[in-house]
This record gives sequence, structure tokens and C-alpha cells, in this order.
Amino acid sequence: MGSQGGFYQSKEFLDLVKSIGEARSKAEEDRIVLHEIDTLKRRISEPDIPKRKMKEYIIRLVYIEMLGHDASFGYIHAVKMTHDDSLLVKRTGYLAVTLFLNEDHDLIILIVNTIQKDLKSDNYLVVCAALNAVCKLINEETIPAVLPQVVELLAHPKEAVRKKAIMALHRFYQKSPSSVSHLISNFRKRLCDNDPGVMGATLCPLFDLITLDVNSYKDLVNSFVSILKQVAERRLSKAYDYHQMPAPFIQIKLLKILALLGSGDKQASENMYTVLGDIFRKCDSSSNIGNAVFYECICCVSSIYPNPRLLDSAADVISRFLKSDSHNLKYMGIDALGRLIKISPEIAEQHQLAVIDCLEDPDDTLKRKTFELLYKMTKSTNVDVIVDRMIDYMISINDNHYKTEIASRCVELAEQFAPSNQWFIQTMNKVFEHAGDLVNIKVAHNLMRLIAEGFGEDDDNADSKLRSSAVESYLRILGEPNLPSVFLQVICWVLGEYGTADGMFSASDITGKLCDVAEAYSSDETVKAYAVTALMKTYAFEIAAGRKVDMLPECQSLMEELLASHSTDLQQRAYELQAVIGLDAHAVEGIMPSDASCEDIEVDKGLSFLNGYIQEAIEKGAQPYISENERSGVLNMGNFRNQDHHEPSHGLRFEAYELPKPVVQSRIPQALLPSTEIVPVPEPMYPRETYQTPVPSNSSSAGSAELKLRLDGVQKKWGRPTYTPETSTSSSTSQKTVNGAAQVEGATTLNSTRETYASRKPQVEISHEKQKLAASLFGGSSKLEKRPATGHKVSKASSHVVEKSHVPKSSKEVASEKTAPAQPPPDLLDLGEPTDTSTVPSLDPFRQLEGLLDTTQVASAANGATAASRSPDVTALYADTPPVGIHNMGDADLLSGLSNPSVTNMPGATAKPQLTQSSGKGPNPKDSLEKDALVRQMDMCGQRDCHINMIQPYGIGGGLKIQERAETLVLCSI
Amino acid sequence: MIKAVMVMNTQGKTRLAKFYEYLPVEKQQELLRGVFAVLCSRAENVSNFIDAESIFGPDSRLVYKHFATLYFVFVFDSSENELAVLDLIQVFVETLDRCFKNVCELDVVFNYSKVHTILDEMIFGGQVVETSSSEIMKAVEEISKLEAASNAITLIPKSASGWRSR
Repeated sequence: MGSQGGFYQSKEFLDLVKSIGEARSKAEEDRIVLHEIDTLKRRISEPDIPKRKMKEYIIRLVYIEMLGHDASFGYIHAVKMTHDDSLLVKRTGYLAVTLFLNEDHDLIILIVNTIQKDLKSDNYLVVCAALNAVCKLINEETIPAVLPQVVELLAHPKEAVRKKAIMALHRFYQKSPSSVSHLISNFRKRLCDNDPGVMGATLCPLFDLITLDVNSYKDLVNSFVSILKQVAERRLSKAYDYHQMPAPFIQIKLLKILALLGSGDKQASENMYTVLGDIFRKCDSSSNIGNAVFYECICCVSSIYPNPRLLDSAADVISRFLKSDSHNLKYMGIDALGRLIKISPEIAEQHQLAVIDCLEDPDDTLKRKTFELLYKMTKSTNVDVIVDRMIDYMISINDNHYKTEIASRCVELAEQFAPSNQWFIQTMNKVFEHAGDLVNIKVAHNLMRLIAEGFGEDDDNADSKLRSSAVESYLRILGEPNLPSVFLQVICWVLGEYGTADGMFSASDITGKLCDVAEAYSSDETVKAYAVTALMKTYAFEIAAGRKVDMLPECQSLMEELLASHSTDLQQRAYELQAVIGLDAHAVEGIMPSDASCEDIEVDKGLSFLNGYIQEAIEKGAQPYISENERSGVLNMGNFRNQDHHEPSHGLRFEAYELPKPVVQSRIPQALLPSTEIVPVPEPMYPRETYQTPVPSNSSSAGSAELKLRLDGVQKKWGRPTYTPETSTSSSTSQKTVNGAAQVEGATTLNSTRETYASRKPQVEISHEKQKLAASLFGGSSKLEKRPATGHKVSKASSHVVEKSHVPKSSKEVASEKTAPAQPPPDLLDLGEPTDTSTVPSLDPFRQLEGLLDTTQVASAANGATAASRSPDVTALYADTPPVGIHNMGDADLLSGLSNPSVTNMPGATAKPQLTQSSGKGPNPKDSLEKDALVRQMDMCGQRDCHINMIQPYGIGGGLKIQERAETLVLCSI
Repeated sequence: MIKAVMVMNTQGKTRLAKFYEYLPVEKQQELLRGVFAVLCSRAENVSNFIDAESIFGPDSRLVYKHFATLYFVFVFDSSENELAVLDLIQVFVETLDRCFKNVCELDVVFNYSKVHTILDEMIFGGQVVETSSSEIMKAVEEISKLEAASNAITLIPKSASGWRSR
């Protein structure tokens, strides 16, 4: 041990390691370690431990923690060691803290100071140790503490320090880009460092930066190319050679960067062609690292604007890789092939056999990589072979993560390329059977949709054949035990929708099977729910067809059991089933039209069918509906009191403005009630509010509940753009029944439905892309026609629905905007700080009060103090009211500016011209503000309610105008 | 970026573990176990690469190399090249070999902090900073020398003064 200089270890440590090494079981090891922890706990807190001993304890602690035991009792000692003067002890301390602590640990605060000091040390090893700690332990908050020193170190004479300083800066950038954004130019500077090692290290941060933002670094293309050229031409000293290759790691990094910069940029790519060609020619193919450079070259060539000569070289290298005996090279070859076939698909053909070999290889990694390649190569002519292989492999593995992935790929390929419906159904059955619980529920929904919609051709015959074959196969599969829940859901849904459709199976066959399912999987409520709904559909179709329905006894007992179920969902379904069975054929047809799961349901969001009812009510003397915008002024009055407790926070008006707005929304139903109970729910996003303006959709609680039900009843999941007239328009029950499947997912509001669609869209686009790719790769085979059809349909369906839900809204939005009082003109907004524009819609309750006070001429407010407030020096009045705070001071300034233009030494006075202009809108703003001041000053809470009551019956228009003006005032004063 | 470096023996005992993103101890252990489980299921003469996404999450690759009784494992993301990382392991092991003269498992265990020093010279904050084993050796030797010196300077007076005060 002595020969190893400072790396001194004691006998005790050796014994510990030995005994752990010899431990025969995990339990024995744990016992030894726990004993060691006890010893260390005792010893480490003894006073006056020699440094050498202490260092050894810390090393032992590190060792113990590496074995997975808690060594936190010693962290503080490690921190203490970093303060030591001895390099050896200090380095050990730093090593321990970097391994023990994370950047948010409480003890970090004790280290930052030491790090700061050490970064300034004249011993470069101390500096390096500190930089190492900086990388690991400095978080966003502490970056500023060390940043100046780190930046200084970028110019350190030792290249090792410069290198590490760059890395530390890079680390800062990763943790908090904003804190070092002004220092990014340093990376460019260091690229010209005269030490190639530092230059090479700089490539790491530059690679990250370029990955994020290619365009800002296009100017560096030539520099990178010339560096690469020099490296490849062996201009660097021999010291940088590795296995006879000139600085291969630098070459690889440079090639990665060039691949990014050249992607989709013809001009930049052309600059790279020569050097890439050179590397292909010169590179040594016998060493591992040489092949690494080759591989990186291929990646680069396949990423930049294609050049036929380079592609040929790349293809040659790939074929060499694939023919090699080394699994590593085969792996890289397959990966490279996957990249290159995007550009030149024909090269895949030559390597078919090699690829098949890789597929049969016992090496799992290689196999997976090959499946990835096959996935990329799949077309309608080979889909059955590839998917069958994939499924076989899927069944053979246990790794759930990969099983999930490969299952979803099978599904994707099958959906895209299925040569026949029969094959598709069978494939899906296999996937669900073996990986049902792993696949995304969306996959199941897709399958249901495909079965419901058919394959896109307007051939009803084919569609119904598809359905019958599905039903047939499902009835067969149901005999097997332990089917995954997702698969059972699909089965139940399909049996319910189409079980009796072709007349091959009687209702009692189907219902019997469904009852069996519900019984066999009684612990799975979702499956049960699907089964009950399927039962209901089957019976409904029977009734609608005029046949007499005899409920099977087991079905009867199932229903009775569920009528008393703890799950409200199941209970409701059972009641619905009971109700449907009691109805006559005509009614049943209305609520349960057969094969209508794809039909869109039109929702009358304006609730126009209620017009007559409203008319009647108004005639009887009810208050007419007032739109939200008109109401907002009044409503906030009611809220005034709730806002009172916010007053002390007026000094920091950051959020306070946001608060009142959502109140407007939440109070809509109580339009004319003066209640003050409703607590405002903060909802910061203004744009959303405008979307939600269509008031009818939120109006009466009963109506909205019904509406929601309907919306989630809309079978958007499977909806196709309707070419046929709607079968059902407004009856909510019919919608419920139509969507047996969607309902199970639980309540979906309009918003969430839309979201689902938004999230589905990208998927659709991807498949689109792939279709195009495949078409260009393999020259559109006849079967290819199929894919676009499916893809299109999905996208059409979704966009259609999205549009549908949007259109009525936007039109209403426009309407409501028209009726709404004009918003404050933009130039007024500009007066305030730019960041405040978002608070425009928010209302200050005080301002509203002012407005109302003014319009209604509440005499009670204008008591003795009015005289004082009318005097030009309003500010003095405000200065005496501490809780009003800065914000109101600003108001006061404005006010005085308004009332007495000569007072110009106030900051708010600059806003004067606009204010005078806007004040024309409201009747006498001055008075109102003054009165408000009074009210506040005198704390006339008690009287406010009475104002509100007085105000509400009339004066809405006036109040509104004032309020709007007050808003502009608020803005100006911020 | 390199996410983690691990050295474990064929029995699954961890000999070195360094994670470049902070992970709690339990998570580290879980990952180490996960990696070992995959490693020992690998046959010989297969590739040195493993799809590590199921253990380390998306965008993670694993390259390992088996030397005598030890597995050297590097985990990294798509910004590194698998073959190059394989050579990086080679550089690491070569350096260890130079440092300890025919390195064996016990050297790694007993010279725990020195192995860390070597690794820190190679990989800094998850980025590869040095790939030449002679450069690394130079740096490490310099550190050893200075440490030995500082050790002598600081420890002798300390013990002397301690002795005097007694």
C-alpha cells in the first residue's frame, strides 16, 4: 500500500472490505455493515481525531453508502474536511461531499464559502477539486456566488483548469440557462483555445447549445469543418492519438455537431462534403474507435443534405458492419441502416439476409435493434411477416417495458398496413391476449373505432363482414381464462354493438356470454360496466326489431345485483337497463339506434329549444337574461366585501387584480342575487374567459348538467365526419346510449374532450408522415392506398369534431364582444407597465364601488368629509390612510391630476391627457373617486350592502361605464 | 452526457458507483441491482450494448465491458456514441492498469479514492474531458505527489505539536 503514495488505507478498512467480500449472504453483509456503522458513529464523534484517521473514516462512510446504507450521520464531518488546509484531506472531503450530497441539501450552505475560497487558490489542484464540487453541488440559487470565479478561471494558465471551468459553466447552463445566458459567448471563445484538449472539451457544451438552437450557430459551420479537417489530417500532436487515430473523440463530437448544423441546410452541408469524404477514405476500419468514427460519419451523412457519393460510402461501411462477426458492429450496422433507409430505401434490399440473421441472433440487444429497423421498413407487402415475428418475440419476453413498446408497435403497424380485415382482427386479438394489460387504453378504443367504422371504404358489406368475423372470434376467445381487462372491454363493446347484427347469433347467445363475463370478472368494475351496457344494447336492438325479449335468469340476477351495487356507475347502468327493457319499440329505437356509435350528435349549445319557455317566463315577469359582460360591473359589487380583507396587501398588487375576474364567471347563475358568499376562485388565464363567454352553456344548473351529459355522450372517440343526416339531435338519453364505450371512461366535459382530441392529433400526423415515407421509400404499392384512408379518416374525424365544438363558440364570442361595452382603447393600456396588460380585464372592487356610488348618487357617502375631499390637495387626504398603500397613492395622484391640472409634480400626472380623455366616458369620475376615498377612510362597510341593494335594480349601464374607466385608471396608476 | 459509471463484480457486488445526476441512495441501489440483473443474463460473445430505457428511463443507453471478475458499466444518453464509449471504458481500464500495475478487483476496492480521482480526470460533470490515458496518469501522479507532500507537511507538524503538548 505504501507504494501508492497518499492513498493510505488502514488495516481496519482492509478488514472491512475483506469481510464484506467474503460475506456469503446479503444478510451477513448487512450485519457487518451495520456493525461498522455503529463503530463509525461512535468513533467519528470523538474529539481530537487525527486528520488521517478522520479521512479514513470518511472513506469508510463513502464505501458504506455505496453499499446502500445510510451514512448521513457523517455528512457534516465530510463537509468539515473540505475546510482543511491539507490537500489530501480537502480532496477526500470534496470527494465525499460530491458523493453524499445533492445540490439542495441543507449542508451545501456550509460548503459554498469554502468553494469560493478554493476557486481562488493558487494551487490548481485545489481549484480543480473545488470545480468538481461546483459541478455537483451548486444549484440555481448558489450559482451567482461562484459564477465570477468560474468565469475568471476560463483564462487560467493551466489547461486542466480551463477545461473544468468550461464544464462547470456548462453545468450551470444545464441547471439554469438564464443565469449564464450572458456568458455563452465564452464557449465560442474557448473553441479557439490554443490547447486542443480545451477546444475538445468546449465541444460538449456547444453540442448541447446547438441541439437547442441550430440557427444561431450556423456561422460556426466553417470553423467546425476546418477543425475537423485539421484533426483528420493529423495536425494535432501525437499525444492526441488514440489507437493510431488522430483525436477520435474530438472527431466524433465534431461529426455530431455537423450533423445537427447540416440537417436540412443544403449550403452548410455542401461545406462538409469534402471533409466527410476524406474521413471515409482515411479512417482506420480495423480498430473499434475507427469504426466509431465511421458510424458517426454515417449518422452525419444521413442527417445532412444528401450527397450520393457520400451515401454510397456510407452504404459500403454499413455492409461491412453487417458482415462483421462482431455483434457490436452488427448492432451499429443495423442502427446505421435504419438511419440510411430514410434517404435511400433501396439499400435495405441488399442486406435482407444479414438483417434476418440479426433477427435470429441470440443477442437480445441486437434483436431489439433489428425489430426497430423492421418497424421502420414495414410496408403492406411484408407487414404480416414482420408483425407475426414481433408478436412471437413479444410473447417470449418478460420485460414489461419492452413488451409494451413492441405491442404498441404491432398495433400501429397492423392498423396501418393490415392486408385484410380478418388478419387485422386476428392480430389485434393476439396482441390483446398476450399484452392486453400493457397496451394503452387508446389502442383498445382505436380497435373499437375501426370495427365500428370499417376500413374506410364505403363498402358496407365488407364492414359487416369484418364485424361478424370479430364477433365470431370474440365469442370463441371468451372461452379462454384470464383475459386482460382491456381486451374484455373491447369484446363486450363489440358484442353489444354487433353481436346480433348479422343474425348468426341469437340475443340469448350473446347475453348469456355477456353475463358470463360479468360474473367471471366480477372484481373488475369497468368490464362489468361494459358488459351491462352491452346487455342493454342487445336487448334494445331486440326490442327495436320487434322481437319479444325474454331476459335470461342469470341476466336478471346480474341486474338485480347491480341495482344494489356500491358503484354508482354500475347502479345507474343497471337502472337504465331495467328502464330500457320496459319501453316500447319506438322509444327504444329513439334512444338506442342500432350501429349508430359513429354518428355525431349535434348539440344545440344555444339551447334554442328553450326559447319558448324563456319567452313564457319573461311574459310572466321574470328578469331577462343579462349577458356576462353587462353584468360584471354589478356582480363585483356583491363581491366587494370579500375583497375587503385583501386591502392590507394593496401595497403589493401583483395578484390582487387577478382575483375579481373569475368571480364574474362563477356567479353567473346568481346573476341578480346580491349575495356575497361566493368566494372568488382565482383563474389567471384571461383568454379562456373569452372562450367561455357563451353564457347559455353555463346558465341554468339543470340545463348545464344535461348538456354536459350530452357532450360526454357524443361519441367523438369514434366519431366520423357525418355525411349522413343526424339521427338524433337533442334527446340526451339517446346520446347516452349511443356511446356505450365512451361513457365508461367517466365524465368528460367539453374541455377534456377537446383535449383528448388535441392529444390524439399528433399521433395521426406521425402516421401520416410514415405513410408518406413508406410511399416514397418503397414506391407506392397497391395496398398502400389503404393507409392514407385510415389516417385521413381519423384526422378528418377529429378535426371535424374540434371544429364543431369551436364554431358556435367563436360566433358567440363575436356576438358577446359586440354587445359588451367597448374595451379600454389600447393606447390607454400602454400607459401602464407593459407587463400589466394581462390584468386588463381584472376589476378593482373599489373602482367599481366608485362607479356605483357615483351613478346612484348615494347621499350617505357624501357626508361631511366631502368638502375636504373636494379640495385640490386630495393626496393629503390619502396620505393619512395607511392601509390604502402605494397603489392608492398613485390613484390619488391621478385624481389630483384630473381635478387640478396644475398639480404636475406627481408621477401620475404624465397620464393626464389619456385620463381626461377617458374620463369623458363616465359621469364625473372625480366625485366618485373622492367618495370612494371617503368610504374607505371611514370604513363604511356597513353601508356598502345597502348601496349594492340600491344599485342593482337600476343603473347597470352607468355603473359599467364608470367601472371601465376606473379600470383604466387602475392601469395608469400601477 | 454520461449519466452514471458503475463497476461491479460478477457476483453483483458494487465496486464503484458514480452518478452524475443526484439520485437518492435507495434509487442508486435499485439501479445497480437492475443493471446487474440484466448483465448476468447476457450470454458471452454478444454485443456490449444494452437497451437501458427500462431501467434508466427514456434516452439512455448502456455499454458494459467485462474484464476478469469485473463489469465496467457506463450509462449515457444519445449525445454519446456507443462504440466510442466502449473505448472510453478501455481508456479507463488501461489507466487503472497503468496506475496499479496489472489491476485486479482488489486494487479497485482498496484504492477507492484513487479510482475516483482517475474517473474525475476523465469525466467531469457528466462530460468526457480527457481520453488519453497517459494524460490522466500524469494528472493523477501529480495529485498523488502533492497529496503526499501536503500529507507530510501537515501531518508531521501536527503530530509533533501533539507530541510536544503532551
